[in-house]
Amino acid sequence: MTTKQHIPLSGKLHEWITTVDHKKLGIMYILCGIFYLLIAGCEALMMRWQLAIPNNDILAPETFNAFFTMHGTTMIFLVGMPILLGAANYFVPLMIGARDMAFPRLNAFGFWLFFFGALLLYFSFLGGQGLTGEEGAPDNGWFAYAPLTSKTFSPGSATDYWIIALFVSGMGSIMTAINLVTTILTMRCKGMTMMKMPIFAWMMLVDAGLILIALPTLAAIQIMLLLDRQYGAHFFDAQAGADPVIWQHLFWFFGHPEVYILILPAFAFISEVTPVFSRKVLFGYPLMVVATVSIGFIALGVWAHHMFTTGLSPAVLSYFAGATFLIGVPTGMKIFNWIATLWGGQIRYETPMLFAIGFIAMFTIGGLTGIMLAVVPMDWQLSDTYFVVGHFHFVLFGGLLFAIFSGFYYWFPKVTGKLLNETIGKWQFWLLFVGFVLTFGPMHFSGFEGMPRRIYTFMPNRGLEMYNMLSSIGAGVQAIGFVLFVYNIIHSLLKGKPAGDDPWDAWTLEWSTTSPPPPWNYAKTPVVASRRPLWDLKHPGDPDWEYE
Amino acid sequence: MLDPVSPVSTTIRDLFMLVFGVIGIIFVVTEGALVWSMIRFRSKGNETTEPPQIYGSNPIELAWTVIPILIVLVLFLVTTRTIYSLDLQEPPEGALRVKATGHQWWWEFEYEDLGITTAGELHVPKGVPVFVELRSFDVIHSFWVPRLAGKIDAIPNRENHLWFQADKVGTWYGQCAEFCGTQHAKMLIRVISEDEDDFDSWVANQQLDAVEIPEALSGKDTFLSLACVNCHNIDGVMLQGGFAPNLTHLMSRETIASGAAENTPENLKKWLRDPNSIKDGCLMPNMMLSEEQIDLLVGYLTTLK
Repeated sequence: MTTKQHIPLSGKLHEWITTVDHKKLGIMYILCGIFYLLIAGCEALMMRWQLAIPNNDILAPETFNAFFTMHGTTMIFLVGMPILLGAANYFVPLMIGARDMAFPRLNAFGFWLFFFGALLLYFSFLGGQGLTGEEGAPDNGWFAYAPLTSKTFSPGSATDYWIIALFVSGMGSIMTAINLVTTILTMRCKGMTMMKMPIFAWMMLVDAGLILIALPTLAAIQIMLLLDRQYGAHFFDAQAGADPVIWQHLFWFFGHPEVYILILPAFAFISEVTPVFSRKVLFGYPLMVVATVSIGFIALGVWAHHMFTTGLSPAVLSYFAGATFLIGVPTGMKIFNWIATLWGGQIRYETPMLFAIGFIAMFTIGGLTGIMLAVVPMDWQLSDTYFVVGHFHFVLFGGLLFAIFSGFYYWFPKVTGKLLNETIGKWQFWLLFVGFVLTFGPMHFSGFEGMPRRIYTFMPNRGLEMYNMLSSIGAGVQAIGFVLFVYNIIHSLLKGKPAGDDPWDAWTLEWSTTSPPPPWNYAKTPVVASRRPLWDLKHPGDPDWEYE
Repeated sequence: MLDPVSPVSTTIRDLFMLVFGVIGIIFVVTEGALVWSMIRFRSKGNETTEPPQIYGSNPIELAWTVIPILIVLVLFLVTTRTIYSLDLQEPPEGALRVKATGHQWWWEFEYEDLGITTAGELHVPKGVPVFVELRSFDVIHSFWVPRLAGKIDAIPNRENHLWFQADKVGTWYGQCAEFCGTQHAKMLIRVISEDEDDFDSWVANQQLDAVEIPEALSGKDTFLSLACVNCHNIDGVMLQGGFAPNLTHLMSRETIASGAAENTPENLKKWLRDPNSIKDGCLMPNMMLSEEQIDLLVGYLTTLK
């Protein structure tokens, strides 16, 4: 859609800043997410440089601690959350045939809360003081365990930055979740019953529900911590007799569902991409819905598996181990259903599919090492080691990030009207894949050898040198992949092939409108009869609704 | 962790092998099915029609719901059995009791029954269970020596326990496993397991007050005249500290600064000159000592056998 009259830059800027359009907000969320992804990646690269050899002194301990804190906080709150909320914002209304979200202005408000919360967090590099009073950024870890965060042990203002920045951006996420739930429940087009929604919408619905339960908990304990630090309350102040373990219970009551908040959208992307590139309908849609809802419920009852080393009683340990094992069942159903979707298909290996299959393969490994960590006595050995770092990067990098790239390559043509370059995309995939395995595979073994997490250096001659060197080399390989990704976006925006409305021959509603979609999405509100309205359109003799 | 020398870590290793076997089978089946379908069902590029659309299959989906539930049930039973059999809160019979207190960033070990206080290095007799009472002086720490036992946290206002039994003579490395601030990385642990005779003579020596050697008296006076005594205790000399490691038998330790450096006169001097040069951000202040004071102090400290 080229503009006919010339709009000055300030006018365009004004348009974007004041927009309440779900698509523009979605794009801004995702651009912010990519921006912080690159920053968090640089932090990780610096950490891998420091850890390449024992007793290295590239980074001072305070800087390293700030970097791992900021890397984790950034990846979760400023990369995972905005990209998933952005994708939900952009595609949920399109997929359910709506013209916008239910509350467009609340939507914009949520985005700007996130935007300024994120800025505030990074402003701490200039304005904050950490544990030692010298460094800027928060350095208590993204989990901010009491009592290390108390005024005594963290006298600077960095922890306050962490609290307020995440509180503000978290409020934005809560509002967007309210918006998503309302939109999905009330604004579906004619004919789209709950069980005829694209699976994407189901997963985003459960995701938004989890956000509504989990994030207020975080907001509450952040305020409690702020009261502790600024006004001498004693919620978590061990020196005043408080039990610091209560922070861990409350934090992980948010923190564990947060993991599923991040991974459910990844499931959503994969569940859309896999069928299209296998040329088959998603296998077992009802079971996928059941699995998603069960994951949502079970995710709320497993938090103490992050706390197996805190001295819980055997009965409590057994319960949380059991609940954690149980969550493997619905997760397994999904993996098997995706593989069954591939089974008997005609699989096209374009970049979105490469990332989708990479996701299934790597996420399975991350899930299985998660089962190992749920075996309590093994967790006593492996908790807080590099094994855990390896495990959750298989889930969140090989899982979430690969799914994000899959979705990015899949929907970029819809959003921009241009196809991403396939050759660069394939290079990016293979560099990231090899770099990823090289970085995070060896971490499992350094964990076995006794390397704890969050250490700025390690001792020589304890069997850790080789694993750490491999990880650092892998990080370098990944860096090239990320550079290619950014290059591909710019290159394809300028010179990319026009996408057309439906470049992948896909089946959900968003592919029936133009690329990019007009502000009103659909000139005429669609009416659907099945989960794959475009399949029905393309195969009038054999429509889906006959089988659903 | 995979090469245990203690019954606790052996039990965990055996459990690991079992779980790894189960996980390994699931891994091979799942990834195998994935790779098989990737190759077998790749597009030839010349298809004219879409493949058969299969919407689902109740028996198949039931199978991959029920089978995982059964696997999970087995894992749950095995886990629970091991949790109860390794009850960490109960001292084993005839155990040596040690109180381990986490400080930013060093471990203090107290043998209350034997009247010994030391730091960083835990001496234990071979083949005797050791029951460790874990406490924290400040923030949360975690005591972990992989080849002896799993980790358990040391939490302020709480008392946790673990036990292990070193079945071989040797030095077993470990370190704090819960992020506890700037120098979390150099909060190291050495467990030194010895034959009973060696352990008994170590105990006998540790129970003595600090030795007095006439040549080192000026060094001792320097020590007493400085702020060292506000944090460091030396039995028989001055007991008003406790915030920092007890120095009564400093020379009986292999390392200083919680394992960050070998215990040599050169390193002691370096440490006194600027503790940050060995452990950046540690809580021991740079006392701005003159070289003369450093020589006197190290002269005294090296007599503390």
